[in-house]
Amino acid sequence: MIEGILIGLQTALSLKNILMVMMGCFFGTIIGMLPGLGPMTAIALMIPITYGFEPATGLILMAGVYYGAVFGGSTSSILINAPGVPGTVATAFDGYPMAQQGKAGKALAIAAYSSFAGGTISAIFLLFAAPSLSKVSLAFRSPDYFALMVLGLTAVSAFSSKGQFLKAMMMVILGLMLATVGQDSLSDITRFTFNNMNLTDGISFVLVVMATFAMSEALTIILKGKDPSRATEQISLSQLGSIRLDKEERNKMLKSIPRSSVLGFLIGVLPGAGATIASFLAYGMERNYVNDEEKKKFGKGSVHGLAAPETANNAACSGSFVPLLTLGIPGSGTTAVMLGALLGFGIQPGPRLYMTNPEIFWSVIMSMYIGMVILLILNLPLIPYIARVLATPKNFLIPLILFFSVTGIYLMSFNNFDIFLMIGIAVVATFLRLYNFPMPPLILAFVLGALMEENLRRSLLISDGSFNFLWDRPLTAIILAFTIAIISWQAFKSFKNK
Amino acid sequence: MRISIDKIISLLFFVLSVFYLYQTYQIQVFSFDEHAPFNAKTFPTFLAYFGMFLSVLFLVLPEKNPTKIDHKVLDYKSVSFLIFITVVYGFVILKAGFFLSTSLFLFFSYYFLGERRWKWMFLLSFPFVALFMYLLHGLLDIYLRDPFLKMLGIIG
Repeated sequence: MIEGILIGLQTALSLKNILMVMMGCFFGTIIGMLPGLGPMTAIALMIPITYGFEPATGLILMAGVYYGAVFGGSTSSILINAPGVPGTVATAFDGYPMAQQGKAGKALAIAAYSSFAGGTISAIFLLFAAPSLSKVSLAFRSPDYFALMVLGLTAVSAFSSKGQFLKAMMMVILGLMLATVGQDSLSDITRFTFNNMNLTDGISFVLVVMATFAMSEALTIILKGKDPSRATEQISLSQLGSIRLDKEERNKMLKSIPRSSVLGFLIGVLPGAGATIASFLAYGMERNYVNDEEKKKFGKGSVHGLAAPETANNAACSGSFVPLLTLGIPGSGTTAVMLGALLGFGIQPGPRLYMTNPEIFWSVIMSMYIGMVILLILNLPLIPYIARVLATPKNFLIPLILFFSVTGIYLMSFNNFDIFLMIGIAVVATFLRLYNFPMPPLILAFVLGALMEENLRRSLLISDGSFNFLWDRPLTAIILAFTIAIISWQAFKSFKNK
Repeated sequence: MRISIDKIISLLFFVLSVFYLYQTYQIQVFSFDEHAPFNAKTFPTFLAYFGMFLSVLFLVLPEKNPTKIDHKVLDYKSVSFLIFITVVYGFVILKAGFFLSTSLFLFFSYYFLGERRWKWMFLLSFPFVALFMYLLHGLLDIYLRDPFLKMLGIIG
């Protein structure tokens, strides 16, 4: 492990990679700050650029964008009560009241320190958890992987659907259907191409991500007539107040950080859960931990209420890398986007990644520490200046997002067909979003589609066409039992509400 | 009886699944693969049936909270224009080249969305695209075909 850490440090500390972390954190903070544009959009916009780099550098850049976006999301939550990303909704509960009391600077400082601590502590957990889990996951066989993918897709559908589980599952099927377009990986038989040569290689992953996130996000903002910049009129960005915390505030924050870090990391590791659930659970847990006097302050500018979700959402970001790096199975939409990008580099994440590509495995983990320091430096002294991005009018913002989406695709294929296909998918995605059909399950399914088919193929061939493989191995049966438990829970919830 | 849009979408999803199943049966697998435990048709067949099952389930189960949307407040005009201008951009990007088509796309999009600060509109279109092209072309070595700039002799 020491050798791996040194390899990781060597790669992560190269000038190019430090610049990439800085660029990723900066870009992620800005995009994450803009309400409506989350880490997936930020990463999607970055993918075409990363293809010019080495895989480790590309992944370091995307990881920087990821935690930068979650970090940036807290700024808009605190200053204008408009969470930039879902993971920072809970931050607004106490961050915005603090800002209204003239303590915006303090709120931003607490958010910055908590995010830093949460991210750093969980990166340490990741350092130890990832190699151990990699060793365990070497015992996984095709049926286990297939079952694990089914579990991941079910969990993401359950957690991201806000009570609309069936809608999310339909999106999973749609994502898997899109993934089957093109040549079959084993027989090279073309499927669902309608004799169109442009579809022979399948639909590009970047195209689907750009269409379902960046482009449809932009169209949704226009459709709903939302203007993120309008909210900035509520608060003067140049008068944020002091960022210095007194002893009492520091003590409160230091009490919240350790427990929220552990909770955030564990939630992040679970498939489908991620930063949003982690932050809400940490907020709820913190409320139960504090005394009655502190409890009354929740929702009115409590330090505990701000520090807990901020710590947990950043801890969950690092935690979500565990299933991606060790099993090759992303637990969230954002890490699914990263998996897609890695596959584009020709890298297959999984239990053997830290043996075959140690520089990628370890440098990503090491770059997280560097990223956290950079984020702290970025967020504390520069936030009054960076926060001005919030005032970017949608009249400029939306065309620029469309431009980056179209250019991203154009640079990859240099043909119009992909641009038109992207516009078509974006229009459908915008319509579906309007009716609360979630997009993260679609992306996760699209990315996992080929792997899922491959593992099902192997499992069925080994068991001579019988579905006994689903319960022959105890591990497969246990994973499927979890899947059934989630489905049963969703069905129970649905009938209980009626 | 009024049917909600959510149900109509699931009905469309059912139609899509049936069409997908039909297309699955059109896949020509190799003769030696026809009766294999797994061939190119197997996974899509599962997907099609599962898609049909889910959409039927959604259709028959009573709806708790159908999505209610006030279509009067939605800005369909601006979205339609943006889609239209992006399609036009997609058409001309190969013919007119990246610089001209992108700059004009950005400029007209700003204008249509109600922007009238001409200086910013100009700066964030023509010079911005030129800088972006320089970054791609000059620094990252990514080739961008541009017949317009080639005609002017700016790029080779």
